[in-house]
Amino acid sequence: MTDRRIEDLLRAYAPQVLGVLVRRYGDFSDAEDAVQEALLAAAMQWPEQGVPENPKAWLVTVAGRRLTDHIRSETARRRREDEIAALEPVDGRPEISDRDDTLTLFFWCCHPALSAPSQLALTLRAVGGLTTAEIASAFLVPEATMAQRISRAKLKIKGTGFTMPRPQDLDDRMRVVLHVLYLIFNEGYTATSGPQLHRVELTNEAIRLTRLVYALRAQDGEVAGLLALMLLTDARRGARTGPDGELIPLADQDRSRWNAGAIAEGIALVERTLATARLGPYQVQAAIAAVHAEAPRAAGTDWKQILSLYQLLQQLAPNPVVLLNMAVAESMVSGPGAGLARLDEIAADERLAGNHRVDAVRAHLLESAGDRDGARSAYLAAARRTTSLPEQRYLQQRAARLV
Amino acid sequence: MKYLLIIYMNPTLFETLSEAERDAIFGAHDEFQKLVKETGELVGFAALADPSTSKTVRVRDEAPAVTDGPYIEAKEFLAGYYVVECESPERAAELGAMLPDAKLTAIEVRAIMESGGMEM
Repeated sequence: MTDRRIEDLLRAYAPQVLGVLVRRYGDFSDAEDAVQEALLAAAMQWPEQGVPENPKAWLVTVAGRRLTDHIRSETARRRREDEIAALEPVDGRPEISDRDDTLTLFFWCCHPALSAPSQLALTLRAVGGLTTAEIASAFLVPEATMAQRISRAKLKIKGTGFTMPRPQDLDDRMRVVLHVLYLIFNEGYTATSGPQLHRVELTNEAIRLTRLVYALRAQDGEVAGLLALMLLTDARRGARTGPDGELIPLADQDRSRWNAGAIAEGIALVERTLATARLGPYQVQAAIAAVHAEAPRAAGTDWKQILSLYQLLQQLAPNPVVLLNMAVAESMVSGPGAGLARLDEIAADERLAGNHRVDAVRAHLLESAGDRDGARSAYLAAARRTTSLPEQRYLQQRAARLV
Repeated sequence: MKYLLIIYMNPTLFETLSEAERDAIFGAHDEFQKLVKETGELVGFAALADPSTSKTVRVRDEAPAVTDGPYIEAKEFLAGYYVVECESPERAAELGAMLPDAKLTAIEVRAIMESGGMEM
Protein backbone atom coordinates (compact mmCIF):
# COMPACT_ATOMS: atom_id res chain seq x y z
CA MET A 1 0.00 0.00 0.00
CA THR A 2 1.36 3.47 -0.86
CA ASP A 3 1.98 6.10 1.81
CA ARG A 4 -0.78 8.18 0.30
CA ARG A 5 -3.31 5.34 0.55
CA ILE A 6 -2.22 4.63 4.12
CA GLU A 7 -2.72 8.28 4.97
CA ASP A 8 -6.24 8.25 3.49
CA LEU A 9 -7.02 5.06 5.40
CA LEU A 10 -5.78 6.54 8.67
CA ARG A 11 -7.79 9.70 8.26
CA ALA A 12 -10.92 7.69 7.55
CA TYR A 13 -10.38 5.76 10.79
CA ALA A 14 -9.55 8.85 12.87
CA PRO A 15 -13.11 9.78 13.95
CA GLN A 16 -14.09 6.14 14.57
CA VAL A 17 -11.11 5.45 16.81
CA LEU A 18 -11.65 8.70 18.66
CA GLY A 19 -15.32 7.81 19.18
CA VAL A 20 -14.37 4.48 20.75
CA LEU A 21 -11.83 6.09 23.06
CA VAL A 22 -14.10 8.87 24.23
CA ARG A 23 -16.78 6.30 25.03
CA ARG A 24 -14.35 4.14 26.97
CA TYR A 25 -12.45 6.76 28.89
CA GLY A 26 -14.75 9.75 28.87
CA ASP A 27 -12.17 12.48 28.37
CA PHE A 28 -12.34 14.04 24.91
CA SER A 29 -9.27 16.25 25.14
CA ASP A 30 -6.80 13.55 26.19
CA ALA A 31 -8.42 10.97 23.91
CA GLU A 32 -7.97 13.31 20.96
CA ASP A 33 -4.26 13.75 21.74
CA ALA A 34 -3.85 9.97 22.09
CA VAL A 35 -5.50 9.34 18.72
CA GLN A 36 -3.15 11.84 17.09
CA GLU A 37 -0.20 9.96 18.57
CA ALA A 38 -1.55 6.61 17.38
CA LEU A 39 -2.11 7.98 13.86
CA LEU A 40 1.45 9.27 13.84
CA ALA A 41 2.80 5.89 15.02
CA ALA A 42 0.82 4.12 12.29
CA ALA A 43 2.03 6.54 9.63
CA MET A 44 5.61 5.69 10.62
CA GLN A 45 5.22 1.93 11.07
CA TRP A 46 2.70 0.75 8.50
CA PRO A 47 4.58 1.71 5.33
CA GLU A 48 7.52 -0.44 6.54
CA GLN A 49 5.84 -3.22 8.48
CA GLY A 50 2.65 -3.47 6.47
CA VAL A 51 -0.91 -2.60 7.41
CA PRO A 52 -2.19 -4.75 10.31
CA GLU A 53 -5.01 -7.18 9.65
CA ASN A 54 -7.46 -5.13 11.71
CA PRO A 55 -6.22 -1.54 11.37
CA LYS A 56 -8.95 -0.02 13.51
CA ALA A 57 -8.33 -2.43 16.41
CA TRP A 58 -4.60 -1.67 16.15
CA LEU A 59 -5.27 2.07 16.36
CA VAL A 60 -7.71 1.67 19.25
CA THR A 61 -5.18 -0.44 21.17
CA VAL A 62 -2.25 1.90 20.60
CA ALA A 63 -4.28 5.05 21.30
CA GLY A 64 -5.81 3.43 24.40
CA ARG A 65 -2.36 2.51 25.71
CA ARG A 66 -1.10 6.07 25.17
CA LEU A 67 -4.15 7.44 26.92
CA THR A 68 -3.86 5.20 30.01
CA ASP A 69 -0.09 5.85 30.17
CA HIS A 70 -0.80 9.55 30.04
CA ILE A 71 -3.51 9.46 32.68
CA ARG A 72 -1.38 7.26 34.95
CA SER A 73 1.62 9.58 34.75
CA GLU A 74 -0.57 12.62 35.23
CA THR A 75 -2.18 10.98 38.20
CA ALA A 76 1.15 9.97 39.69
CA ARG A 77 2.41 13.46 39.21
CA ARG A 78 -0.52 14.87 41.07
CA ARG A 79 -0.30 12.09 43.68
CA ARG A 80 -3.97 11.47 43.37
CA GLU A 81 -4.21 7.72 43.43
CA ASP A 82 -7.98 7.83 43.67
CA GLU A 83 -8.14 8.78 40.00
CA ILE A 84 -6.78 5.35 39.04
CA ALA A 85 -10.17 3.84 39.54
CA ALA A 86 -11.70 6.29 37.10
CA LEU A 87 -9.44 5.32 34.22
CA GLU A 88 -10.43 1.68 34.06
CA PRO A 89 -12.52 1.05 30.96
CA VAL A 90 -16.22 1.21 31.71
CA ASP A 91 -17.84 -2.04 30.63
CA GLY A 92 -21.44 -2.86 30.04
CA ARG A 93 -22.21 0.18 27.90
CA PRO A 94 -24.44 -0.47 24.94
CA GLU A 95 -22.57 -0.98 21.67
CA ILE A 96 -22.76 2.19 19.64
CA SER A 97 -22.04 2.28 15.95
CA ASP A 98 -19.24 4.20 14.25
CA ARG A 99 -21.89 6.11 12.33
CA ASP A 100 -23.31 7.64 15.50
CA ASP A 101 -19.85 8.31 16.87
CA THR A 102 -18.73 10.19 13.78
CA LEU A 103 -21.83 12.36 13.75
CA THR A 104 -21.52 13.03 17.49
CA LEU A 105 -17.91 14.06 16.90
CA PHE A 106 -18.99 16.56 14.25
CA PHE A 107 -21.49 18.09 16.67
CA TRP A 108 -18.88 18.14 19.42
CA CYS A 109 -16.24 19.92 17.32
CA CYS A 110 -18.83 22.41 16.04
CA HIS A 111 -20.11 23.17 19.52
CA PRO A 112 -21.94 26.53 19.53
CA ALA A 113 -19.87 27.73 22.51
CA LEU A 114 -16.73 27.77 20.30
CA SER A 115 -15.63 30.53 17.93
CA ALA A 116 -15.67 29.73 14.22
CA PRO A 117 -11.86 29.44 13.89
CA SER A 118 -11.82 26.98 16.81
CA GLN A 119 -14.66 24.94 15.30
CA LEU A 120 -12.77 24.74 12.01
CA ALA A 121 -9.49 23.72 13.61
CA LEU A 122 -11.05 21.14 15.89
CA THR A 123 -13.13 19.58 13.10
CA LEU A 124 -10.09 19.26 10.82
CA ARG A 125 -8.06 17.63 13.61
CA ALA A 126 -10.57 15.38 15.36
CA VAL A 127 -12.77 14.35 12.42
CA GLY A 128 -10.38 15.04 9.55
CA GLY A 129 -7.33 13.50 11.23
CA LEU A 130 -5.06 16.36 10.09
CA THR A 131 -2.09 17.27 12.26
CA THR A 132 -1.84 20.64 14.00
CA ALA A 133 1.09 21.55 11.71
CA GLU A 134 -0.99 20.79 8.60
CA ILE A 135 -3.91 22.86 9.86
CA ALA A 136 -1.61 25.73 10.84
CA SER A 137 0.01 25.86 7.42
CA ALA A 138 -3.41 25.70 5.73
CA PHE A 139 -4.53 28.75 7.69
CA LEU A 140 -1.15 30.52 7.40
CA VAL A 141 -0.54 30.86 11.14
CA PRO A 142 2.34 29.54 13.27
CA GLU A 143 1.90 26.01 14.61
CA ALA A 144 2.04 27.31 18.21
CA THR A 145 -0.91 29.63 17.51
CA MET A 146 -2.98 26.79 16.07
CA ALA A 147 -2.00 24.42 18.91
CA GLN A 148 -3.15 27.03 21.40
CA ARG A 149 -6.48 27.50 19.60
CA ILE A 150 -7.09 23.76 19.62
CA SER A 151 -6.25 23.22 23.27
CA ARG A 152 -8.32 26.24 24.30
CA ALA A 153 -11.27 24.94 22.31
CA LYS A 154 -10.95 21.50 23.92
CA LEU A 155 -10.79 23.07 27.35
CA LYS A 156 -13.91 25.08 26.67
CA ILE A 157 -16.05 22.07 25.79
CA LYS A 158 -14.53 19.81 28.44
CA GLY A 159 -17.33 18.42 30.53
CA THR A 160 -19.86 18.53 27.70
CA GLY A 161 -21.32 15.05 27.36
CA PHE A 162 -20.30 12.98 24.34
CA THR A 163 -23.87 12.52 23.18
CA MET A 164 -26.01 13.49 20.22
CA PRO A 165 -27.80 16.86 20.58
CA ARG A 166 -31.39 16.76 21.85
CA PRO A 167 -33.85 16.11 19.00
CA GLN A 168 -35.24 19.65 19.26
CA ASP A 169 -31.70 21.09 18.87
CA LEU A 170 -30.64 18.78 16.06
CA ASP A 171 -31.53 21.12 13.18
CA ASP A 172 -29.76 24.12 14.68
CA ARG A 173 -26.68 22.09 15.55
CA MET A 174 -26.60 20.61 12.04
CA ARG A 175 -26.66 24.16 10.58
CA VAL A 176 -23.50 24.95 12.58
CA VAL A 177 -21.76 21.80 11.29
CA LEU A 178 -22.67 22.68 7.70
CA HIS A 179 -21.52 26.26 8.17
CA VAL A 180 -18.14 25.07 9.47
CA LEU A 181 -17.74 22.76 6.46
CA TYR A 182 -18.71 25.65 4.19
CA LEU A 183 -16.07 27.89 5.80
CA ILE A 184 -13.39 25.22 5.41
CA PHE A 185 -14.33 24.90 1.74
CA ASN A 186 -14.22 28.66 1.15
CA GLU A 187 -10.90 29.00 2.91
CA GLY A 188 -9.42 26.58 0.39
CA TYR A 189 -11.42 27.70 -2.62
CA THR A 190 -10.49 31.38 -2.44
CA ALA A 191 -6.78 30.49 -2.34
CA THR A 192 -5.26 31.22 -5.70
CA SER A 193 -1.72 30.01 -6.32
CA GLY A 194 1.89 30.15 -5.27
CA PRO A 195 2.82 29.39 -1.67
CA GLN A 196 -0.84 28.83 -0.85
CA LEU A 197 -1.21 25.88 -3.22
CA HIS A 198 -1.56 23.42 -0.35
CA ARG A 199 -4.58 25.36 0.85
CA VAL A 200 -6.42 23.96 -2.15
CA GLU A 201 -6.41 20.68 -0.25
CA LEU A 202 -8.82 22.30 2.17
CA THR A 203 -11.49 22.19 -0.54
CA ASN A 204 -10.87 18.46 -1.00
CA GLU A 205 -10.98 17.98 2.75
CA ALA A 206 -14.23 19.96 3.04
CA ILE A 207 -15.79 17.87 0.27
CA ARG A 208 -14.57 14.63 1.87
CA LEU A 209 -16.03 15.59 5.26
CA THR A 210 -19.30 16.77 3.70
CA ARG A 211 -19.57 13.44 1.87
CA LEU A 212 -19.12 11.79 5.26
CA VAL A 213 -22.01 13.80 6.76
CA TYR A 214 -24.09 13.13 3.64
CA ALA A 215 -23.54 9.37 4.03
CA LEU A 216 -24.92 9.68 7.58
CA ARG A 217 -27.72 12.20 6.93
CA ALA A 218 -28.70 11.80 3.27
CA GLN A 219 -32.31 12.68 4.08
CA ASP A 220 -31.31 16.22 5.14
CA GLY A 221 -31.76 18.32 1.99
CA GLU A 222 -29.34 20.98 3.19
CA VAL A 223 -26.51 18.43 3.58
CA ALA A 224 -27.06 17.33 -0.02
CA GLY A 225 -27.41 20.99 -1.03
CA LEU A 226 -24.09 21.94 0.54
CA LEU A 227 -22.31 18.97 -1.05
CA ALA A 228 -23.77 19.91 -4.45
CA LEU A 229 -22.79 23.57 -3.97
CA MET A 230 -19.21 22.56 -3.17
CA LEU A 231 -18.97 20.19 -6.15
CA LEU A 232 -20.41 22.75 -8.58
CA THR A 233 -18.21 25.57 -7.27
CA ASP A 234 -15.07 23.45 -7.11
CA ALA A 235 -15.71 22.32 -10.71
CA ARG A 236 -14.63 25.83 -11.80
CA ARG A 237 -11.34 25.70 -9.90
CA GLY A 238 -9.14 25.06 -12.94
CA ALA A 239 -10.70 27.95 -14.90
CA ARG A 240 -11.07 30.63 -12.23
CA THR A 241 -7.44 31.77 -12.21
CA GLY A 242 -4.95 32.51 -14.98
CA PRO A 243 -1.34 31.32 -15.18
CA ASP A 244 -0.12 34.02 -12.76
CA GLY A 245 -2.87 33.43 -10.23
CA GLU A 246 -4.98 36.34 -11.53
CA LEU A 247 -8.73 35.97 -11.05
CA ILE A 248 -10.84 35.31 -14.14
CA PRO A 249 -14.50 36.39 -13.82
CA LEU A 250 -17.20 33.79 -14.42
CA ALA A 251 -18.21 35.35 -17.74
CA ASP A 252 -14.66 35.06 -19.16
CA GLN A 253 -13.80 31.57 -17.92
CA ASP A 254 -12.87 28.83 -20.41
CA ARG A 255 -15.79 26.54 -19.72
CA SER A 256 -14.10 23.56 -21.38
CA ARG A 257 -11.82 23.58 -18.32
CA TRP A 258 -14.68 23.09 -15.90
CA ASN A 259 -14.76 19.65 -14.30
CA ALA A 260 -17.60 17.89 -16.12
CA GLY A 261 -17.70 14.96 -13.69
CA ALA A 262 -18.11 17.18 -10.65
CA ILE A 263 -20.80 19.22 -12.47
CA ALA A 264 -22.77 16.10 -13.41
CA GLU A 265 -22.62 14.80 -9.83
CA GLY A 266 -23.59 18.20 -8.41
CA ILE A 267 -26.53 18.67 -10.77
CA ALA A 268 -27.85 15.16 -10.12
CA LEU A 269 -27.66 15.84 -6.36
CA VAL A 270 -29.52 19.15 -6.66
CA GLU A 271 -32.26 17.69 -8.84
CA ARG A 272 -32.82 14.72 -6.56
CA THR A 273 -32.84 16.89 -3.43
CA LEU A 274 -35.08 19.68 -4.73
CA ALA A 275 -37.64 17.05 -5.69
CA THR A 276 -37.78 15.36 -2.29
CA ALA A 277 -36.38 17.37 0.63
CA ARG A 278 -37.49 20.49 2.49
CA LEU A 279 -36.03 23.54 0.74
CA GLY A 280 -33.14 25.46 2.29
CA PRO A 281 -30.52 28.10 1.42
CA TYR A 282 -27.70 25.70 0.45
CA GLN A 283 -29.99 23.93 -2.00
CA VAL A 284 -30.97 27.23 -3.62
CA GLN A 285 -27.33 28.32 -3.87
CA ALA A 286 -26.50 24.95 -5.42
CA ALA A 287 -29.38 25.41 -7.87
CA ILE A 288 -27.93 28.83 -8.88
CA ALA A 289 -24.49 27.24 -9.37
CA ALA A 290 -26.19 24.52 -11.44
CA VAL A 291 -27.82 27.09 -13.76
CA HIS A 292 -24.40 28.67 -14.37
CA ALA A 293 -22.85 25.23 -14.92
CA GLU A 294 -25.51 24.24 -17.44
CA ALA A 295 -24.78 27.18 -19.75
CA PRO A 296 -22.33 26.12 -22.46
CA ARG A 297 -21.36 29.79 -22.95
CA ALA A 298 -21.71 32.78 -20.60
CA ALA A 299 -24.12 34.41 -23.07
CA GLY A 300 -26.39 31.37 -22.83
CA THR A 301 -26.92 31.75 -19.07
CA ASP A 302 -30.57 31.62 -18.00
CA TRP A 303 -30.48 34.85 -15.97
CA LYS A 304 -34.27 34.91 -15.49
CA GLN A 305 -34.06 31.67 -13.61
CA ILE A 306 -31.08 32.89 -11.62
CA LEU A 307 -32.97 36.07 -10.68
CA SER A 308 -35.96 34.10 -9.41
CA LEU A 309 -33.66 31.77 -7.46
CA TYR A 310 -32.00 34.77 -5.78
CA GLN A 311 -35.46 36.10 -4.90
CA LEU A 312 -36.24 32.74 -3.33
CA LEU A 313 -32.91 32.76 -1.47
CA GLN A 314 -33.62 36.23 -0.13
CA GLN A 315 -36.93 34.95 1.28
CA LEU A 316 -35.31 31.91 2.88
CA ALA A 317 -32.20 33.60 4.25
CA PRO A 318 -32.30 37.42 3.92
CA ASN A 319 -28.80 38.79 3.44
CA PRO A 320 -27.50 42.03 1.85
CA VAL A 321 -24.94 40.10 -0.22
CA VAL A 322 -27.81 38.16 -1.82
CA LEU A 323 -29.40 41.52 -2.72
CA LEU A 324 -26.15 42.55 -4.42
CA ASN A 325 -26.20 39.38 -6.51
CA MET A 326 -29.84 40.09 -7.30
CA ALA A 327 -28.88 43.50 -8.68
CA VAL A 328 -26.40 41.78 -11.01
CA ALA A 329 -29.02 39.26 -12.16
CA GLU A 330 -31.54 42.06 -12.65
CA SER A 331 -29.15 43.95 -14.91
CA MET A 332 -28.63 40.80 -16.98
CA VAL A 333 -32.39 40.39 -17.37
CA SER A 334 -33.54 44.01 -17.77
CA GLY A 335 -30.37 45.98 -18.54
CA PRO A 336 -27.79 47.86 -16.43
CA GLY A 337 -30.22 50.71 -15.65
CA ALA A 338 -32.49 48.36 -13.71
CA GLY A 339 -29.50 46.87 -11.89
CA LEU A 340 -28.16 50.30 -10.94
CA ALA A 341 -31.56 51.41 -9.63
CA ARG A 342 -31.69 48.30 -7.46
CA LEU A 343 -28.10 48.88 -6.31
CA ASP A 344 -28.93 52.41 -5.14
CA GLU A 345 -31.72 50.99 -2.98
CA ILE A 346 -29.58 48.37 -1.28
CA ALA A 347 -26.33 50.37 -0.98
CA ALA A 348 -28.00 52.31 1.84
CA ASP A 349 -28.04 49.12 3.95
CA GLU A 350 -25.57 49.76 6.74
CA ARG A 351 -24.46 46.12 6.71
CA LEU A 352 -22.92 46.87 3.30
CA ALA A 353 -21.18 50.07 4.42
CA GLY A 354 -17.57 50.06 3.20
CA ASN A 355 -18.07 46.73 1.40
CA HIS A 356 -15.94 46.73 -1.74
CA ARG A 357 -18.44 44.47 -3.50
CA VAL A 358 -20.95 47.31 -3.76
CA ASP A 359 -18.37 49.42 -5.62
CA ALA A 360 -17.31 46.43 -7.74
CA VAL A 361 -20.89 45.68 -8.81
CA ARG A 362 -21.53 49.38 -9.49
CA ALA A 363 -18.37 49.50 -11.60
CA HIS A 364 -19.44 46.51 -13.71
CA LEU A 365 -22.93 47.92 -14.23
CA LEU A 366 -21.64 51.41 -15.13
CA GLU A 367 -19.22 49.83 -17.58
CA SER A 368 -22.07 47.91 -19.24
CA ALA A 369 -24.07 51.14 -19.36
CA GLY A 370 -21.19 52.86 -21.19
CA ASP A 371 -20.22 55.25 -18.38
CA ARG A 372 -16.46 54.74 -18.57
CA ASP A 373 -15.44 57.49 -16.14
CA GLY A 374 -17.98 56.44 -13.53
CA ALA A 375 -16.97 52.78 -13.92
CA ARG A 376 -13.29 53.63 -13.57
CA SER A 377 -13.71 55.53 -10.31
CA ALA A 378 -15.97 52.79 -8.92
CA TYR A 379 -13.38 50.11 -9.81
CA LEU A 380 -10.69 52.16 -8.05
CA ALA A 381 -12.88 52.66 -4.99
CA ALA A 382 -13.46 48.88 -4.84
CA ALA A 383 -9.71 48.25 -5.27
CA ARG A 384 -8.95 50.48 -2.29
CA ARG A 385 -11.51 48.76 -0.10
CA THR A 386 -10.86 45.08 -0.76
CA THR A 387 -8.49 43.19 1.52
CA SER A 388 -7.82 40.49 -1.08
CA LEU A 389 -4.68 40.91 -3.19
CA PRO A 390 -5.93 39.04 -6.28
CA GLU A 391 -9.23 40.95 -6.18
CA GLN A 392 -7.35 44.22 -5.91
CA ARG A 393 -5.21 43.29 -8.87
CA TYR A 394 -8.28 42.40 -10.92
CA LEU A 395 -10.10 45.63 -10.03
CA GLN A 396 -7.07 47.79 -10.80
CA GLN A 397 -6.73 46.07 -14.18
CA ARG A 398 -10.38 46.73 -15.01
CA ALA A 399 -9.92 50.39 -14.07
CA ALA A 400 -6.74 50.69 -16.17
CA ARG A 401 -8.57 49.38 -19.24
CA LEU A 402 -10.96 52.34 -19.05
CA VAL A 403 -8.36 55.12 -19.14
CA MET B 1 -8.68 38.20 9.26
CA LYS B 2 -5.13 39.22 10.15
CA TYR B 3 -4.30 42.72 11.33
CA LEU B 4 -1.08 44.61 11.83
CA LEU B 5 -0.99 46.65 15.03
CA ILE B 6 1.55 49.32 14.24
CA ILE B 7 3.28 50.86 17.24
CA TYR B 8 4.42 54.44 16.83
CA MET B 9 7.08 55.89 19.08
CA ASN B 10 7.82 59.50 19.95
CA PRO B 11 11.27 59.64 21.59
CA THR B 12 10.81 63.19 22.91
CA LEU B 13 7.65 62.10 24.65
CA PHE B 14 9.25 58.87 25.86
CA GLU B 15 12.14 60.80 27.49
CA THR B 16 9.70 62.67 29.72
CA LEU B 17 8.57 59.39 31.33
CA SER B 18 9.86 58.25 34.69
CA GLU B 19 11.66 54.94 35.01
CA ALA B 20 8.62 53.41 36.66
CA GLU B 21 6.43 54.55 33.78
CA ARG B 22 8.81 53.02 31.25
CA ASP B 23 8.93 49.75 33.18
CA ALA B 24 5.17 49.75 33.18
CA ILE B 25 5.17 49.98 29.37
CA PHE B 26 7.47 46.97 29.01
CA GLY B 27 5.45 45.07 31.59
CA ALA B 28 2.23 45.85 29.72
CA HIS B 29 3.73 44.41 26.51
CA ASP B 30 4.62 41.19 28.36
CA GLU B 31 1.05 41.00 29.63
CA PHE B 32 -0.33 41.65 26.16
CA GLN B 33 1.80 38.90 24.61
CA LYS B 34 0.68 36.47 27.28
CA LEU B 35 -2.95 37.32 26.62
CA VAL B 36 -2.93 37.00 22.82
CA LYS B 37 -0.88 33.80 23.03
CA GLU B 38 -3.51 32.32 25.30
CA THR B 39 -6.39 33.37 23.08
CA GLY B 40 -4.64 31.93 20.02
CA GLU B 41 -4.75 35.33 18.29
CA LEU B 42 -1.00 36.07 18.20
CA VAL B 43 0.58 35.40 14.82
CA GLY B 44 3.84 37.31 15.23
CA PHE B 45 5.51 40.41 16.64
CA ALA B 46 8.76 42.32 16.60
CA ALA B 47 10.38 45.35 18.19
CA LEU B 48 12.51 47.40 15.83
CA ALA B 49 15.88 49.03 16.47
CA ASP B 50 16.12 52.81 16.59
CA PRO B 51 15.75 54.36 13.11
CA SER B 52 19.11 56.11 13.53
CA THR B 53 20.61 52.64 12.95
CA SER B 54 18.69 52.21 9.67
CA LYS B 55 20.28 52.06 6.25
CA THR B 56 18.20 53.31 3.35
CA VAL B 57 18.79 51.71 -0.03
CA ARG B 58 17.93 53.33 -3.34
CA VAL B 59 18.47 51.91 -6.81
CA ARG B 60 18.74 54.54 -9.55
CA ASP B 61 19.77 53.63 -13.09
CA GLU B 62 20.38 50.09 -11.84
CA ALA B 63 22.97 51.36 -9.32
CA PRO B 64 22.23 50.80 -5.64
CA ALA B 65 23.13 53.60 -3.23
CA VAL B 66 23.09 53.10 0.54
CA THR B 67 22.70 56.00 2.95
CA ASP B 68 22.53 56.08 6.76
CA GLY B 69 19.27 56.88 8.48
CA PRO B 70 15.56 56.29 7.79
CA TYR B 71 13.65 56.90 4.55
CA ILE B 72 11.10 59.19 6.21
CA GLU B 73 12.29 61.64 8.86
CA ALA B 74 9.53 62.36 11.36
CA LYS B 75 8.92 63.01 15.03
CA GLU B 76 7.25 59.61 15.33
CA PHE B 77 8.62 56.40 13.92
CA LEU B 78 7.63 52.76 13.59
CA ALA B 79 8.92 51.10 16.76
CA GLY B 80 7.42 47.64 16.38
CA TYR B 81 4.37 45.66 15.47
CA TYR B 82 2.09 42.78 16.35
CA VAL B 83 0.33 40.56 13.82
CA VAL B 84 -2.90 39.24 15.27
CA GLU B 85 -5.67 37.17 13.75
CA CYS B 86 -9.10 37.97 15.08
CA GLU B 87 -12.74 37.72 14.26
CA SER B 88 -13.61 41.36 13.59
CA PRO B 89 -12.07 44.79 13.03
CA GLU B 90 -13.67 45.78 16.34
CA ARG B 91 -11.71 43.09 18.17
CA ALA B 92 -8.51 44.22 16.43
CA ALA B 93 -9.13 47.78 17.65
CA GLU B 94 -9.85 46.43 21.13
CA LEU B 95 -6.48 44.65 21.10
CA GLY B 96 -4.79 47.84 19.85
CA ALA B 97 -6.29 49.79 22.75
CA MET B 98 -4.68 47.33 25.20
CA LEU B 99 -1.20 48.31 24.07
CA PRO B 100 0.45 50.80 26.46
CA ASP B 101 1.68 52.93 23.55
CA ALA B 102 -1.94 53.78 22.69
CA LYS B 103 -1.94 56.04 25.76
CA LEU B 104 1.27 57.77 24.72
CA THR B 105 1.17 58.02 20.94
CA ALA B 106 -1.24 55.87 18.92
CA ILE B 107 -1.63 52.39 17.51
CA GLU B 108 -2.55 52.08 13.86
CA VAL B 109 -4.68 49.02 13.12
CA ARG B 110 -4.46 47.93 9.50
CA ALA B 111 -5.84 44.82 7.82
CA ILE B 112 -3.35 42.49 6.15
CA MET B 113 -4.26 41.62 2.57
CA GLU B 114 -5.34 38.05 1.92
CA SER B 115 -3.85 35.99 -0.84
CA GLY B 116 -7.22 34.46 -1.68
CA GLY B 117 -10.09 36.03 -3.56
CA MET B 118 -13.44 35.35 -5.19
CA GLU B 119 -13.96 35.65 -8.92
CA MET B 120 -16.54 38.32 -9.72
